[in-house]
Amino acid sequence: MDFLTNLINGISLGSVYAIIALGYTMVYGIAKMLNFAHGDVLMIGSYVCFIVMGTYGLDPLICVLLSMACTTVLGIVVERLAYKPLREATSLAVLITAIGVSYFLQNMALLIWGADPKAFRSVVRLPSVVLFDGQLVISAVTIATVLAAIIVMVCLTLFTQKTKMGKAMRAVSEDKGAAQLMGINVNTTISMVFAIGSGLAALAGVLLCSAYPTLMPTTGSMPGIKAFTAAVLGGIGSIPGAALGGVLLGIIEIFAKAYVGTQFSDAIVFAVLIIVLLIRPAGLLGKEIQEKV
Amino acid sequence: MSKKTKSQLITYALVVCLFALAFGLSATGMMSNSMVGLLVPICAYITMAISLNLVVGISGELSLGHAGFMSVGAFTGLATSAALKYYGVITAGPARLAVAMVAAGLFAAVAGILIGLPVLRLRGDYLAIVTLAFGEIIKNLMNNLYLGMDASGLHVSMTDAKSLGMTGGTIIINGPQGAAGIDKLSSLVSGFVLVMFALFVVQNLIDSRSGRAIMAVRDNRIAAESVGVNVMKYRLMAFVVSAALAGMAGALYAMNYSSIVPKKFDFNTSILVLVFVVLGGMGNIRGGILAAALLVWLPEQLRFIGDYRMLIYAIVLISVMLLTNNARVKAFMEGFRERRGMRQAGAAEGGDGK
Repeated sequence: MDFLTNLINGISLGSVYAIIALGYTMVYGIAKMLNFAHGDVLMIGSYVCFIVMGTYGLDPLICVLLSMACTTVLGIVVERLAYKPLREATSLAVLITAIGVSYFLQNMALLIWGADPKAFRSVVRLPSVVLFDGQLVISAVTIATVLAAIIVMVCLTLFTQKTKMGKAMRAVSEDKGAAQLMGINVNTTISMVFAIGSGLAALAGVLLCSAYPTLMPTTGSMPGIKAFTAAVLGGIGSIPGAALGGVLLGIIEIFAKAYVGTQFSDAIVFAVLIIVLLIRPAGLLGKEIQEKV
Repeated sequence: MSKKTKSQLITYALVVCLFALAFGLSATGMMSNSMVGLLVPICAYITMAISLNLVVGISGELSLGHAGFMSVGAFTGLATSAALKYYGVITAGPARLAVAMVAAGLFAAVAGILIGLPVLRLRGDYLAIVTLAFGEIIKNLMNNLYLGMDASGLHVSMTDAKSLGMTGGTIIINGPQGAAGIDKLSSLVSGFVLVMFALFVVQNLIDSRSGRAIMAVRDNRIAAESVGVNVMKYRLMAFVVSAALAGMAGALYAMNYSSIVPKKFDFNTSILVLVFVVLGGMGNIRGGILAAALLVWLPEQLRFIGDYRMLIYAIVLISVMLLTNNARVKAFMEGFRERRGMRQAGAAEGGDGK
């Protein structure tokens, strides 16, 4: 039973990583940038939800939607102000800017909400599911997280495959110049990707804080790095890859904690990434591109 | 004198001037106490910036885990120094510091080889994420490292302090609590020597046959390979030299404090050093030195604005990146450079005429 409990917890944590990783992977796919501020967008989203829930006592679902709306706007604003002027700059310049944005968001949160950790109240308030005469207890948050991840994945896949905007996104990530010549508004498309990614980050943040209820200005950093690792593990730029990488990483982390020891779980997670990249340099589902001379 | 030697000499002169200024201000008491305390960390960060510049600027690989090498060096250095004193091999401070730094450099170089061999097979952003992963792994392992010494020798454990099985003796590294009661052997003079050493190594490497090979691989790997440059060898060379220097910087840094925790050398420290390198101009050693000195000094000066300090730092960082990549600013700088170039050319022609 322990095994099953760990597996379920792993899948649940992995689902959160998968939702965050989607934001990373889509932004990387289209803008070719490592958006290190993504984890902090997640943190801001969680704070917004926490505040709205605490002060106005609104329905949790409305709070989640509100925080998603806030981070969506935040994502668009950040992209316009900080990343858009650097479209033609070197990738390292964009990376440093993203790190600047990350510092900015963390310190804004520190100034507004203080450094003391907040006890986040779960947004899912249903009773746990008890199976096998109480041997297996699955919390409602766990189920909600996995469901949310599945819904997000299905919606995103449909969106990128069926809608005009989704097709535009794929076109821009394939070849920016050619897409522009075909009449696609590249700037709007990139903004759209940032909007979706940031909105999803808030959802992931709320789910993460519901399961692990401490909220601090640095809450987003480590999940951000882990989700980034998940995106690379699955093959950065690939949406199914992000989901696969996220779930795998979550399972590995929980199993490492359970069977090897809490203190080495990070080392094991990153070691797995390294081994996978050495065998498949473009990640599990990534496309290997041959270099042309 | 060739243009290259001249440029190198200017860099040495710059470092000497900076240190003369630091010596002068601290000796005459014109520097605040908190600033005096920052002098050795500044030296360590300058060395880190020189070291990372070799990987990022000269070799062209993005490394996000450089603090890992600093960590290896820091703990090797302080353990060496503590052991030398405990067993009474060397007791004189400066000699112990020197031996500790050499040991730190060696251990970090070994870590550099172990990490570099797998990492350098990857390219671009994948390489960056793997260096990040290695940095986190080193932090995680250091967080669980226990090292003690007693009459029977050194004891190492990866579980807890009890399992060291020591009879008396002292614990040097105590897992997440790190090391305490460190002999503060670092000084501004040793910092100066280390910076000059790093500068000497890196500048001479860049100016050598190997350095040219490293840059050729950076500029066009396939072209370099096709003229017979051993790509792996030169990438690894830059990586390992850089790791060794980072280790020495770590030892200098650690022995400036009475206690240090492994958590100090995390992703944020790696990023901090990367910011020095990028703001100083990639591959520009002199720029990196100035950026490191300035960016450690600046937050200290902004202390009066309290919590807004890091916010301002973030805004400065973003603004600098936006400005230096702005098309208009770039065009202006280009024009400025051209005018200066023309003036120099004109002067040279005039000289020929005489």
